[in-house]
Amino acid sequence: MNRRGEGLGKWLVSGPPILYLLLFFAIPALIMVLASFRTPGEFGGLAPLIDEAGKPDVNVDSYVRFFTEPVYTQIFVKSFVYAVATTLLCLAIAYPLATLIARSSKRHRDLLLLLVILPFWSNFLIRVYAWMIVLGPQAALARMVNGLLGAFGAEPVSLLFSSFAVLICLVYVHLPFMVLPLYANLEKHDQALLDAAQDLGANAWQRFWRITFPLSLPGVYAGAALVFIPALGIFAIPDILGGPDDSLIGNVIKQQFLETRDWPFGSVLSIVLTVAALAFAGLAAWVGARSTRREASGA
Amino acid sequence: MRSFPARSRWLWAAAGAGYAFLYLPLVIVVVYSFNDSRLNAEWVGFTLDWYRKLAHNDEMQTAAANSLIIASVASLVSTVLGTMAGVAMYRYKTRLLPLLVLTPIAIPEILMGVSLLIFFVLLNFSLGLVSVALAHIAFCIGFVAIVVRARLSGMDETLTEAARDCGASPWQTFRYITLPLIMPGVIAGALMAFTLSIDDFVITFFTAGAGTITLPLQIYSMIKIAVTPEVNAVSTLLMLLTLILIVVATRVSPSLLRSNEENE
Amino acid sequence: MALLEIEDVTRRFGDFTAVDRVTLAIEAGEFFTLLGPSGCGKTTLLRMIAGFDLPDGGRILLNGQDLAGRPPEARPVRTVFQSYALFPHMTVEGNVAFPLKMAKTAPAEMGGKVAAALENVRLTGFGKRFPHELSGGQKQRVAIARALVTHPTMLLLDEPLAALDAKLREEMQIELINMQKEVGITFVYVTHDQTEALALSHRIAVMDRGHVEQLDAPSRIYSFPATRFVADFIGTCNLLTGPVVANAAGIVSVDVRGLGAVKVAASSSIAVGAQGAIALRPEKIALDAAAPETADNRFRGTVSDFLYHGDVTVYKVMTDAGTTLEALSANSAAGGTRFHEVGDAVGLSWPAAAGHFIAG
Repeated sequence: MNRRGEGLGKWLVSGPPILYLLLFFAIPALIMVLASFRTPGEFGGLAPLIDEAGKPDVNVDSYVRFFTEPVYTQIFVKSFVYAVATTLLCLAIAYPLATLIARSSKRHRDLLLLLVILPFWSNFLIRVYAWMIVLGPQAALARMVNGLLGAFGAEPVSLLFSSFAVLICLVYVHLPFMVLPLYANLEKHDQALLDAAQDLGANAWQRFWRITFPLSLPGVYAGAALVFIPALGIFAIPDILGGPDDSLIGNVIKQQFLETRDWPFGSVLSIVLTVAALAFAGLAAWVGARSTRREASGA
Repeated sequence: MRSFPARSRWLWAAAGAGYAFLYLPLVIVVVYSFNDSRLNAEWVGFTLDWYRKLAHNDEMQTAAANSLIIASVASLVSTVLGTMAGVAMYRYKTRLLPLLVLTPIAIPEILMGVSLLIFFVLLNFSLGLVSVALAHIAFCIGFVAIVVRARLSGMDETLTEAARDCGASPWQTFRYITLPLIMPGVIAGALMAFTLSIDDFVITFFTAGAGTITLPLQIYSMIKIAVTPEVNAVSTLLMLLTLILIVVATRVSPSLLRSNEENE
Repeated sequence: MALLEIEDVTRRFGDFTAVDRVTLAIEAGEFFTLLGPSGCGKTTLLRMIAGFDLPDGGRILLNGQDLAGRPPEARPVRTVFQSYALFPHMTVEGNVAFPLKMAKTAPAEMGGKVAAALENVRLTGFGKRFPHELSGGQKQRVAIARALVTHPTMLLLDEPLAALDAKLREEMQIELINMQKEVGITFVYVTHDQTEALALSHRIAVMDRGHVEQLDAPSRIYSFPATRFVADFIGTCNLLTGPVVANAAGIVSVDVRGLGAVKVAASSSIAVGAQGAIALRPEKIALDAAAPETADNRFRGTVSDFLYHGDVTVYKVMTDAGTTLEALSANSAAGGTRFHEVGDAVGLSWPAAAGHFIAG
């Protein structure tokens, strides 16, 4: 429309949200970056900006600590592995779900989608708590498993407070995020392509692996990003369902900020986490854009 | 005309297992809320005791009240700001706004929680209901903006031109034409923001400070300290509330579920 | 002074020049049409008059006042959009009353004005309906009623009949002509349909690639096209090209390749040797078994194709010298006309005044 008059209107409308987010998102993030270069205060938090000798408090001690103490890098790697495992498992379970919904008639599709989304909209803690019950030592599942193990003379295991519990809950909580983008992609697939392939002699597996799956890759990447990034930073699930060895990077960050109160170090860990998350998001976006371009030029 | 492929039994079974996986744990929570046993282990008998205990639980009631207050405030403010953001993102192709609005949604929640903690403490801003509300608004804006923007892109552009042509100023165009047409999206966004705020745990955990309790935080402490089926009871009630809100939201704006379609 | 003056207006989109230094004047009370193929700039020009777009160069003056700096809502100009752009959440009454509301009309007066506007488009009684309950033609009329309700100085119509089927379109064309006469408002009409333009307009500006090729009354545009583009775009036209070989007593002879010497009535200032084209409408060619001896132009040929249209028949005739000419014959009911078959030998003839010489 008009090129003039855009100036004032634009700032009137975008101004308030921009100001709010600058104040309550961008600036806190910036402060956190700055905090990573400070020393922890005597009683936690941050040391004074200018100390008694008049020297400003700037150093890279916390960064050095992160890179020299291997335990933290190990925990990062562990978080990474959990996140990857979660993503792959989510993909395996979400794919049939998304396919079913995409192939349903319009009427049913809304209902089926709603059914997938509803658990997501329930409280996150409730979903974690639910697994506490299911995996509890007196619950049916645990007793069944231990009964079986006992029959083979093996030691009983605790399903709860274990890596298994953490993983299954991670998958559970992130599943809808994988279903939705996959569905959005699969819904657009042209059935004619599969019919043609069948005509040419391809069986069901070949049709899936050579046509459906490659075409669904943009949806897979989108879903992977939506699962991997949050999963990387999770802390509540290991906190509630995990054993002492199952601390992930989120738990360490929480610990640094609320218990140890070493804010500079906590900030360093957070920054590394952010960089990892953004790097992955960028990668997913780049790969997604590439495959969309290939699709557009080839198909 | 699309022909729908035969959905093999195999597909039904796998999808069915997926749905079962999604719902079974939640069903167990609900069922055991009526279970006459302290242990969430096996069914003993029907009782409403846990709900009664809940009704007399003062802490829980305070927590629920706090959650509702925060959610109402957060929903209201983030809807206004989020609608403005959605309109701005649609109409003016700026780079800064989408970045600011969408990044909070893209990164792990803990990062926002932690950075806001530092921020508030450094400013000597006491942690409490207000700090939580401010934090919730920050991440809810993005959701509302996305919903509003999607709704706008399904709207006919020429209508705003026609309104200007009829003598309406840009503000009048927005008030009489655009806003009524995107209102279902705005309402759906408000409902979503409300739900997100009520359910939020991570960000609230870091910004609530010692003395403030919300429903999720209360559930968390109950889980960590002493698990009783009271937790089941409050979970069931919360799920019911969320169910109602989401069903209403999807009735008001059916395209909420599908981000790319421009129908209705 | 003309009502609307467009002075040297240019509009560019990146490398593409949509409107290239266009100058024209529109008189009060006339039905003025911008005609041309897609991409010729007619819609861009219309949008600049309405205020939805700003020119990169030049001025637009309404009643002598420069419109620059006035947003669409401040211009006494109303647009009827191709997609009607009726507000779906308001009734017909609500839609028509909207401009009145924006003009801060007293609520007491609004009812009467809305009713009068609806009566003008013969939609009395439809006030409480919603746009989705109306047919295409009805929506069109509501859009017009809404545009006229505040008695604007000028009405801009952007291909308003394009979405209607042929029969309805014809009815609406007649309604538009009558409405314009009754109301007396200046219409600026945009279309790519040349038959529509010829039927409706007092004057037509034929545009191509950002330029105005010719600005004239419909009959003059049809009979005396100024450029080859206009000759080709309006109706069907035989274009006979070649150098001028003689110019005497108001008759110019052009040596058309594959045909021969063709005589056309033209200005004496045309130099011998100049290149040009003769625009010859098919209906001006008389087609018979043998061409009369006295005709200025007579050629023999064979029918290669024909298209029967019910009221007329279009014949494609391959002349003896090689070129194909298109001729139109009315199929009169008197029974006196002979139909010609493919392969028939026929004679074509026309007077010198039938053609129109286009230089260049």
